[in-house]
Amino acid sequence: MSNTSTKIMVALAGQPNSGKSTIFNMLTGARQHVANYPGVTVEKKSGSFRLKDDRVELVDLPGTHSLTSYTLEERIARDFLLNDKPAAVVDVVDASNLERNLYLTFQLAEMDISLVINLNMMDVAEKRGIKINTQKLSQELGAPVVPTVGNKGKGKEQLKEAILSTSKKGQVTPFRINYGDDLEPILDSLEKRLSEETEISGRYPVRWLAVKLMENDKEAQRLVGKYSQKSGVILRSAEEKREAFKLEHKKSPQKVIAITRHQEAQRIVEASVTRSREITRTLTDRIDQVACSRYFGPVILVATIYLIYELAIVQGYKITEYTWPVLAWSRDLIASLLPSEGFIFDPFFRSMPIWVVDGTIAVLNYVPIFLILFALIAILEDTGYMARMAFILDRIFRYFGLHGQSVLPMVIGGLYVGGCAIPGVLACRGMKDEKARLATIMIVPLMNCLAKIPFYVLLIGMFFAAYKGIAMFFIATITIIIALSVAKILSLTVLRKKESAPFVMEMPPYHIPTTGGVLRRCLERTWLFVKKIITIVILVSVIVYVLIYFPGISKERKAHYISQSGQAQQTFLKKIGKDSPYASLMAGDNLMEFTRYWRDYKKAKMGAKGKKAKQALDQEFREKNFEFFKIVKRGKYKVKGEMIKDKHAKKVYNAYKKLGKTTNKLRREIKEETIITSYMGRAGLFIEPLTRWAGFNWRVNIALMSSFAAKESSVATLGGIYQSPPGEKHRLEERMKEKEKGWTALHVLAIMLFMAMYPPCIPTLLMIRLETGSTKWMLFATFYPIVLGTIIAVLVFTGGNLLGLSGMQAMIAFYILALIFLVLMGLIKREPEFT
Amino acid sequence: MTLDEIKPDQECEIVDITSEGIMGQRLLDMGFIPGTRIKVIRNAPLVDPVEFELKGYHISLRHSEAKQVEVSLL
Ligand SMILES: Nc1nc2c(ncn2[C@@H]2O[C@H](COP(=O)(O)OP(=O)(O)OP(=O)(O)O)[C@@H](O)[C@H]2O)c(=O)[nH]1
Ligand SMILES: [Mg+2]
Repeated sequence: MSNTSTKIMVALAGQPNSGKSTIFNMLTGARQHVANYPGVTVEKKSGSFRLKDDRVELVDLPGTHSLTSYTLEERIARDFLLNDKPAAVVDVVDASNLERNLYLTFQLAEMDISLVINLNMMDVAEKRGIKINTQKLSQELGAPVVPTVGNKGKGKEQLKEAILSTSKKGQVTPFRINYGDDLEPILDSLEKRLSEETEISGRYPVRWLAVKLMENDKEAQRLVGKYSQKSGVILRSAEEKREAFKLEHKKSPQKVIAITRHQEAQRIVEASVTRSREITRTLTDRIDQVACSRYFGPVILVATIYLIYELAIVQGYKITEYTWPVLAWSRDLIASLLPSEGFIFDPFFRSMPIWVVDGTIAVLNYVPIFLILFALIAILEDTGYMARMAFILDRIFRYFGLHGQSVLPMVIGGLYVGGCAIPGVLACRGMKDEKARLATIMIVPLMNCLAKIPFYVLLIGMFFAAYKGIAMFFIATITIIIALSVAKILSLTVLRKKESAPFVMEMPPYHIPTTGGVLRRCLERTWLFVKKIITIVILVSVIVYVLIYFPGISKERKAHYISQSGQAQQTFLKKIGKDSPYASLMAGDNLMEFTRYWRDYKKAKMGAKGKKAKQALDQEFREKNFEFFKIVKRGKYKVKGEMIKDKHAKKVYNAYKKLGKTTNKLRREIKEETIITSYMGRAGLFIEPLTRWAGFNWRVNIALMSSFAAKESSVATLGGIYQSPPGEKHRLEERMKEKEKGWTALHVLAIMLFMAMYPPCIPTLLMIRLETGSTKWMLFATFYPIVLGTIIAVLVFTGGNLLGLSGMQAMIAFYILALIFLVLMGLIKREPEFT
Repeated sequence: MTLDEIKPDQECEIVDITSEGIMGQRLLDMGFIPGTRIKVIRNAPLVDPVEFELKGYHISLRHSEAKQVEVSLL
């Protein structure tokens, strides 16, 4: 590589949907890097391309209609342009919407920037009969104009050339708007004053500052206050002039400035564009006549939501049945590299890594679902239907401090039954209304994610078996009712001061998405997710492991278990007798080896389906160790095609079966004792006096606490705690009923509702941290559901008991109560509207 | 009269924007300036928000927001 190459920084700016990201991809190809702007969750994409000896570093700015300081995106784009001072800015303009796009172009020019005007979407303009005289336009604006068709890669080289020559010239685009005789003298005098102050005039374009001060822009005022010695005088004088202007002209300067920009845009369009036809959106209009209509609109919307749910959650889940074996295989592979297991105690460096791997693959297991979901979201965004969803639903959601756009994250989170909060939180990205976005992020975890379902099924099976459908419906809809109320409460309290935004939403024409664009976005988001989540999941699961397995059982108890195990082994050896031909095979360390062989065989056999697989399996184990094979086959095996009945082997088999049972029983006892004496177990016992009011005993406490790592583990932990007595094989719900004789349907209802309100799992919490950019919100999202869940569980359990309600009665009563509460919350006056 | 009072399929011309802050600026940025013709396309199924057409593109506003746009019927 030549070392004369210099790096030139260039930014891509433009209005939303003008095709910036498409142009970005066209120019940079695959070399790109996606991150966030510091402190916020707006995506920052950067990449680079080479042209001859030069390397251009390209940054994709968020799309904005204007450059005020009112919205996050606009502030980000603006700050980048002001502070990072790119050598050139490519203004990506939607050629089919030139007039409106120029409004932003003017504001960019005002910032003393070297502009390259990129007329994108030329194909669309052409189709609409719009002919643009690029030469004339270039003359008017004093900047090069390059037409492109971004998604077809047309105009790529010309654009590269223009970028390079413009950034090398370093000449600021000279175009300035004349704001008229009323405003220009005022701007002049402000400009003069600002130029005298070298510290600020060296940093920021003074003309731009003057305009912004007349627009009453808070951020510009802050900059003046920060960098100008005489800021007090300047700001006061700007304020006085603004007021005087308003009195004299009956219009704020802000309005006059905007009007002038629009008029100027109109003038330039008239001078450089010829239209052969009137603009029509016949197809879009015809679709919207149905898609947004009173009756069909909601039907289509529900159908779309259902389709998303069906394709991503249901079908995606089916795909995981195929991907799971791969994950399980890699788990086994890792396990085989670790120190081997012991008779009753496994070494720390085996059980801990396996625990971590289990937690990680539990999350990775959802990757197929994410891939489908992200692709569907990209399609929804690209077609323009997303805006219609918000349009149809805004009315309902607004009553609860949410936004029409809240519906998609909620669907993904599990609006009905089954979803996942992680992509749900991620789907809140596009929401401009910060307040509604935070409220949505906070309630998405209350939806019913896939991992909660087995828990519900288990508990419903225990006490509501006769009303399975009703109980499932109850739990699926009660969460929506509660979530909406919570959103309203949050927006009235903790979110009160958060920045809200007007609804004002563009309804773009429908558009057929490109496969490449959809795939790229879906892979990008999935990869981002996998990268971020997995690293931290690993870290956190180590911590949870320690909480569940430490400090571990005492030395005396350990010795006790070891001696019991030793006795069982002695009994076993005695049973097979010294004279058995297998006596030496089972002696000493060989017994451990055989135990591993036995466990592997049993496990493999459970996994093997069909006659062929079983035969192959037998062959494999036979080759591994023929002697052991004879035993696990109960002494029935073939030698040279002849069936042999080996009595001794059968005896060993029977004896070992007893030993295995005892060993398993010991292992379970150890596990139970470890959990009970662990930090988490002690906490579960400690809070029992409190949780009794909700009907939870310490066993339930532990199960609930352990599901914090991942809700999948709640049923597993319950399985661990409520073990079936040796020799009996009861289903878990029967075992629980057996052990918890005092339980009523009320107990189960309270536990179920607590689970419904359960704090987000750790990956979701990480996502919340990522998307809110704040640890505080993450902690809030952890603790408010616990408080809420406790209140609800106590209300249902204690309240139900006092009133002597049955489980079903309590369920209905609570449902009605929640509905009434929801209606009341909806009636509370919303915020004062924007003025 | 204000924009929220206009019925679907009616056309009108913008006279003024009555709000000054973030809402006013947003409307101005989106092209709601005096003299512009604007047509009401449709109400959402639950009546609010409303979709408008101006200058060849479509924008939806809540009624409370449309109230801040003064118009005269054509
Ligand atoms: N017909 C046509 N479609 C284009 C062209 N350029 C981009 N698109 C499509 O326009 C849509 C929007 O493009 P994006 O690149 O996402 O727009 P953006 O400016 O990055 O949008 P925001 O990031 O939301 O501001 C995509 O579906 C593109 O495929 C073009 O030249 N012609
Ligand atoms: Mg983009």
